Amino acid sequence: MVRALDRKLWRDLWQMKSQALAIALVVMCGVGTYIMFLTTLGALRATQDSYYRDYRFAEVFVTLKRAQETLRQRVQEITGVDQVETRVVAQVRLDMPDFPEPVTALMVSVSDSGRQGLNALHLREGRLPATGRANEVVVSAPFAQAHTLQLGDRFYAILNGRRQALTLVGTALSPEFIQQMRPGSAFPDYKRYGVMWMGRRALGQAYDMHGAFNDLTLNLRPGADSQYVIDRIDDLLKPYGGQGAYIRKDQRSHRFLSQELEQLGILASLFPAMFMGIAAFLLNVVIGRLVAMQREQIATLKAFGYSNLAVLWHYLKMVSVIVGLGIVSGTALGVWLGKVLSGIYMEFYRFPYLKFSLQPDTVVEAALASLLAAGAGTVFAVWRAATLRPAQAMRPEPPARYHETWVEKLGLKRWLSQPTRMIIRHIQRRALKSMLTLLGIAMACGIILTGLFQRDTVSYMVNIQFGMAQREDLSVTFTDPTAYRARFDLLGLPGVQHVEVFRAVPVRLRHGHHSYRTGIRGVEPGGDIQRLLDADLRPVALPSDGILLTDFLAKMLDLRVGDRVVVEVLEGNRPVREATVAGLVREYVGVSGYMDLAALNRFMHEGPTLSGAYLSIDSAQLQSLYAQIKGMPRVAGVAERIQEIRNFNRVMQETMLFFTYVATVFAVIIAFGVIYNSARIALTERGHELASLRVLGFTRAEIAYILLGELGILTLFAIPLGLWLGEWMCYYIAHTMQNDLFRVPVVLVPQTYAFAAAVVLVSAILSGLAVRRRLDQLDLIAVLKTAE
Amino acid sequence: MTHSESHAVNTAPPIFEARGLTKVYQMGEVQVQALRGVDLDLYAGEFVVLLGPSGSGKSTLLNILGGLDTPTSGSVRYADHDLSLDDDASMTQYRRSHVGFVFQFYNLIPSLTARENVALVTEIAENPMTPEEALVLVGLGQRMDHFPTQMSGGEQQRVAIARAVAKRPQVLLCDEPTGALDAHTGVMVLDVIARVNQELGTTTVVITHNAVIAAMADRVVYFGDGLVARIECNEHKKNASELQW
Ligand SMILES: Nc1ncnc2c1ncn2[C@@H]1O[C@H](COP(=O)(O)OP(=O)(O)O)[C@@H](O)[C@H]1O
Ligand SMILES: [Mg+2]
Repeated sequence: MVRALDRKLWRDLWQMKSQALAIALVVMCGVGTYIMFLTTLGALRATQDSYYRDYRFAEVFVTLKRAQETLRQRVQEITGVDQVETRVVAQVRLDMPDFPEPVTALMVSVSDSGRQGLNALHLREGRLPATGRANEVVVSAPFAQAHTLQLGDRFYAILNGRRQALTLVGTALSPEFIQQMRPGSAFPDYKRYGVMWMGRRALGQAYDMHGAFNDLTLNLRPGADSQYVIDRIDDLLKPYGGQGAYIRKDQRSHRFLSQELEQLGILASLFPAMFMGIAAFLLNVVIGRLVAMQREQIATLKAFGYSNLAVLWHYLKMVSVIVGLGIVSGTALGVWLGKVLSGIYMEFYRFPYLKFSLQPDTVVEAALASLLAAGAGTVFAVWRAATLRPAQAMRPEPPARYHETWVEKLGLKRWLSQPTRMIIRHIQRRALKSMLTLLGIAMACGIILTGLFQRDTVSYMVNIQFGMAQREDLSVTFTDPTAYRARFDLLGLPGVQHVEVFRAVPVRLRHGHHSYRTGIRGVEPGGDIQRLLDADLRPVALPSDGILLTDFLAKMLDLRVGDRVVVEVLEGNRPVREATVAGLVREYVGVSGYMDLAALNRFMHEGPTLSGAYLSIDSAQLQSLYAQIKGMPRVAGVAERIQEIRNFNRVMQETMLFFTYVATVFAVIIAFGVIYNSARIALTERGHELASLRVLGFTRAEIAYILLGELGILTLFAIPLGLWLGEWMCYYIAHTMQNDLFRVPVVLVPQTYAFAAAVVLVSAILSGLAVRRRLDQLDLIAVLKTAE
Repeated sequence: MTHSESHAVNTAPPIFEARGLTKVYQMGEVQVQALRGVDLDLYAGEFVVLLGPSGSGKSTLLNILGGLDTPTSGSVRYADHDLSLDDDASMTQYRRSHVGFVFQFYNLIPSLTARENVALVTEIAENPMTPEEALVLVGLGQRMDHFPTQMSGGEQQRVAIARAVAKRPQVLLCDEPTGALDAHTGVMVLDVIARVNQELGTTTVVITHNAVIAAMADRVVYFGDGLVARIECNEHKKNASELQW
């Protein structure tokens, strides 16, 4: 048999179903965000871990010029080294049928034995290259997909200057190339850059590496000192053109992946914390007021001998039903969104599989947080009502003591109608409650900004990066450092209007105990295609001496303008020199150093030498330009700016913007939930008073004005506060997400503010209309019948 | 205490014993002295009417007797319960097992039907009637499944009485049970209270400021300005139906 008290519970719930639903929605959004982020993050981390483990991703990497295979044994003997694998790696140009633009590939050798050691391939289709078949390659799956390559397809590659036909025998994924980006680019472009694998003997022959290698990866024994191993390897490989060994942390693909996961991790703690925090706050306020309204019923229950605990339990059950509804739907939603989001990431990273699982911990945490927040609000309100002596609680609340408000005192009184004065006095008298409502609405408004700002930021970054800094139509990189006259060769190509050359040198920068692997780019002073910008986005003049650093890099290395930085060059004979930091530049993607081209050449003790060039071209002649470039064996790769922008946008679209939308939708729901509840509670709290006014002859419109005017005023004040809070939250998010790959500036366009304000206003209007309908149905007779 | 000592039922010891009860309410800076030193004994089974002008402290006294409030000073005892202790748990226990309340404004739970409102109390009582019995007792056998809003004031008040008596309390405390009712309905409600007093032997205290009602009582306690002014015994109690106002 259902106890009478439980019937009351269900009937009360039914009575306030729309409010309960609004609260449940708020909880759902909080829990949903939490679960979405944490399951996604958990899935990606678990996948990364097991992918690395299952496919034996190496721990130390080093590229060198050329060494005999016998050297491998010496590496193997270094203390702490476990498995060693030597390889031949080469950057090659491809000539893809039906694709006019130049395509670059990183060609990596695989063992001819067919036995996979470190960095094992996950074959998607086909097989590994057969021994002795020089023309067989396995292609990275995304590249094959971008070019719709089938097994058996043929295309051409320029291997060490010789054009050679290749046959596709398999497609694969590798833990080493989860992120496949052309060096110097922050975004994958699978149509123009890919990784492929060829038999060791075949690739070695093409590059004169028979019995030799130019790349080495290894695993460490547990507890090995990686720095020791790296130092030994660097010593050992120095005569062989070693470019400095580095650990997994500095490996490109891993770094991109782990930084992204780290950012996701930050978002996964920030967003849910914000959403849960705000949901919890609202829950606390709303539930508190909901319970406070039942103060007379609580007193009655107590008068008949129900204990405080029994009453508290009753309301806790009621709140648990509402919150439980939110938790269950939030969990379902979160899991679904988590699946969608991890699916997007999986697609983006091309994991061979995804370890998606809902961690019970995550759900328990989200549920506990919501229940605690709601429970605290309930306990507080019930306790306040229950610990009143029942005799006290059954009396109507003591008549409020109203004062003239400061607005009236300012002398505005004569312009204020009686109802307006009622509104203002009411807000002032219940200053705390009014403030809480205002704060709730403001936070709901602010959270909308946090969802939207990333979208604004992305388009801003595109404008700055590609509109003001990187303005070339095309960039060309050479296979090796090239004499300066290559500049004139490029100028002579069809459609080329303007050429700016650059020299790129891989370096390790050191200052004190800080060090960072990056590149120094020597550029032409006064360049108009590639421009360096300062913090105010004004072009920075290139000093004839010294080095410019990305401001974030300077911060990482604890460097200030005028300081000396140690530059360890990682190519050629690897000179180590010092340079003065001459200035800072602002960049949003990546970090590096910049020097005057001539100064860098001097610094390297080399003649005028280039690594590549930026071109302005007449796009009408693009096709013939491509055709010409394909015939230039020294050109390693070509990047088109338009494509970079597309790649950038695609990356953003696929990952970041997804949860931006989710966050925005959730924020809108929360905003509505708060405002609707505020309006409904106000109605219940003041229904009696308003009905009495109706009895006295006030019209419906007048009492609606008194009630909704209050909501209106609070909303109007909440909006600017909310926009300000939101901005602040955006800065906080942007600040926490800064890293050496990306710095997200906070950009909020007026439309975004307008949207957030509009959502709040529309929520307020809709809530107002809903309440207005109820106001029109106020039971006047009930007022006359009952006390108060 | 002159009249009461000669009353027939007074041979047994009083069930309620109040001595020097005071109650002061703090209202911001002002203090309101609601009770100024009340001495009063009530006896098992008697029907007492508390009569006095509005604001004289009747409700305050009744609330203290019912364990809804505690006095500022003085002592009050029900059987072996000390009601002057500010102990929520023992007060709750006292109300649960001994007291039935009828409030002026009914205080029914709006989301529960008549039957369920009564069940709310019988479910936590030791030896209750069924809600149906209680409702038949107050003449509402036909309206058990109506919600409070679907009933008239008199009907709601009778539900409130059914709720108060369903657990067969030793004490029935009614604060202006007819205050919100017309004369005819008021008589009906009073009749129910009187019947409960007689049939169940429940000690009954009814507050009113309607002097006519005093005729129903065994004793009438006249209240004024926070003090018991005088106490009268009725040699011949009238039935509710004989009252007119
Ligand atoms: N909870 C309270 N807070 C403040 N004053 C109160 C409270 N309850 C009663 N009073 C005051 O105490 C006095 C006695 O009240 P009450 O016992 O309700 O009188 P009666 O029931 O005889 O009309 C009145 O002046 C009343 O305003
Ligand atoms: Mg009273």
